[in-house]
Amino acid sequence: MIHPLPPGTRDVLPTEMRELRALSDRLRASFEGAGYGEVWTPLVEYEETLRRGDDRAARAGVYRMFDDRGRVLVLRSDMTVSIARLVATRYGGVQPPVRLGYFAHSYRAVERGRGQAREFLQGGVELIGPAAAEGDAEVVSLVLAALEEAGLRRHRIGVGDGSLVRGLLAELEVPEDRRGKLLEHLSRRDLVALAVDAEELGLSPGARDLLVAIPTLRGGPEVLDRAEGPVARSAEGLRALHELLAESGAAQRTIFDLGLVRELGYYTGAVFEVYDPAVGFALGGGGRYDELLGRFGTPLPACGIALDIQRVHAAQAAEERLG
Amino acid sequence: MSGALSTPQPGQGALTLAVPRGALFEETLDRLDALGIATAEVRDNPRRLLFSGPDLGAGVERIVTMRPSDVPTYVEHGAADLGVTGKDVLLESPSREVYELLDLGYGGCRMVVAARAGDDALEESLRRLGVARVATKYPGIATRHFAATGRQAEIVEVKGSVELAPLTGLVDAIVDLTATGRTLVENGLEVREEIVGSTARLIANPVSHKLKAAAIDGLVTGLRELGR
Repeated sequence: MIHPLPPGTRDVLPTEMRELRALSDRLRASFEGAGYGEVWTPLVEYEETLRRGDDRAARAGVYRMFDDRGRVLVLRSDMTVSIARLVATRYGGVQPPVRLGYFAHSYRAVERGRGQAREFLQGGVELIGPAAAEGDAEVVSLVLAALEEAGLRRHRIGVGDGSLVRGLLAELEVPEDRRGKLLEHLSRRDLVALAVDAEELGLSPGARDLLVAIPTLRGGPEVLDRAEGPVARSAEGLRALHELLAESGAAQRTIFDLGLVRELGYYTGAVFEVYDPAVGFALGGGGRYDELLGRFGTPLPACGIALDIQRVHAAQAAEERLG
Repeated sequence: MSGALSTPQPGQGALTLAVPRGALFEETLDRLDALGIATAEVRDNPRRLLFSGPDLGAGVERIVTMRPSDVPTYVEHGAADLGVTGKDVLLESPSREVYELLDLGYGGCRMVVAARAGDDALEESLRRLGVARVATKYPGIATRHFAATGRQAEIVEVKGSVELAPLTGLVDAIVDLTATGRTLVENGLEVREEIVGSTARLIANPVSHKLKAAAIDGLVTGLRELGR
């Protein structure tokens, strides 16, 4: 008899399980080797915890339930908020840096017929303590090297500044009520709608052209030279990061992407997305979240990256086929 | 941290292009011709779906043809790096994660609410029954339009000629795409409301947009110049 599963969930049989375990073990060895100790946090958290970390995440596609006392629980939708809670609670008196890694499932609602996973396995690292360029470079280099250890050859990391777009809109004095729509166009890279809306704002031609060009400014470090005027400060930060990445050899795998906007609301600085030509979706992503730990009472800068293990597995399999 | 990273491999620039069969087909191929992309084989083989060569021109390695409504699916999953489809298709499934790079300008048409000419079934149903019955191939757009205008509608999804639905009394009105309005008139229907205009759009896979940036930008620039 055939018994159905909820959409977006799946069984894993021994062949795939062995490969997933082997992949996770390799990544784990890379993370542990760099001093990132593995932690485990509960699958369920209080909704209040998620809300404290990221109000936007608390709204979008999160599974909620009641416990036996009527309190609202959520299935975790990513690990970063749980790690922030853990660090604030358990590492209160510890001298930073704190380096943590994890391999755990998270849950998000999906749309039907899209082939998206409702339950997905993430492996990632969080670096708490070191500030901007230094911490970002450590995490980016580690993840790139770990993927290479796992057999990927063609992977890349996109690096942007999560505060760039908001900063630009503020700098250009775009009215508050127009910003939401522009942000949406920018994050979806709907260049057609962006051009139409930018035209209506009555900006100077230079400012309008910059706004419309941002989502197309991606490539090597030369892209940073084209970030002028109001976004020059973001470019400055990314240039510092590029110098450190060049030292570790990670720069040649880095794509600077000034239009990179990550959906989660807690990013304050650099944002990352990991790509491989064999997979049509990002293999993972992350960024710098310098204010998140403060919301839990432990104001420390931090950044991290999470990989979708199943997608990394797909990239790994494609790489093996290429030989 | 482990040691030095290997040198990335070249050859990641060749593009797969999704071309819609149907109303946008000819004009899309004309534009590709103008950019120096070989489309003769595509034109000569109406039943073949996949055309490839080491280089068809302008960095394009493969052309795949499909229904316009399938283009965002192939592009979202990266089976095609770039694609051409109507804005109507993109509006119908707004959650697809594809980048909309360019308004190509051709394939102009309008999404409209139409009903039987000289008949007030739509208004009558809304007034007396509190709800209008609406047939469409675009349930997403229809649902959002009626919700946004504060009217209750029962959306009936049909696959074939939607003009038949109000003629048989299945529904009070339809939401459909029209270019000239001739099919509507021939079936005794008239446009009651315009929802949105649509033209052909160039869309890209988000990962390809970064990994094949130079090839994609070259094509976008070429297509933009043609549109001027």
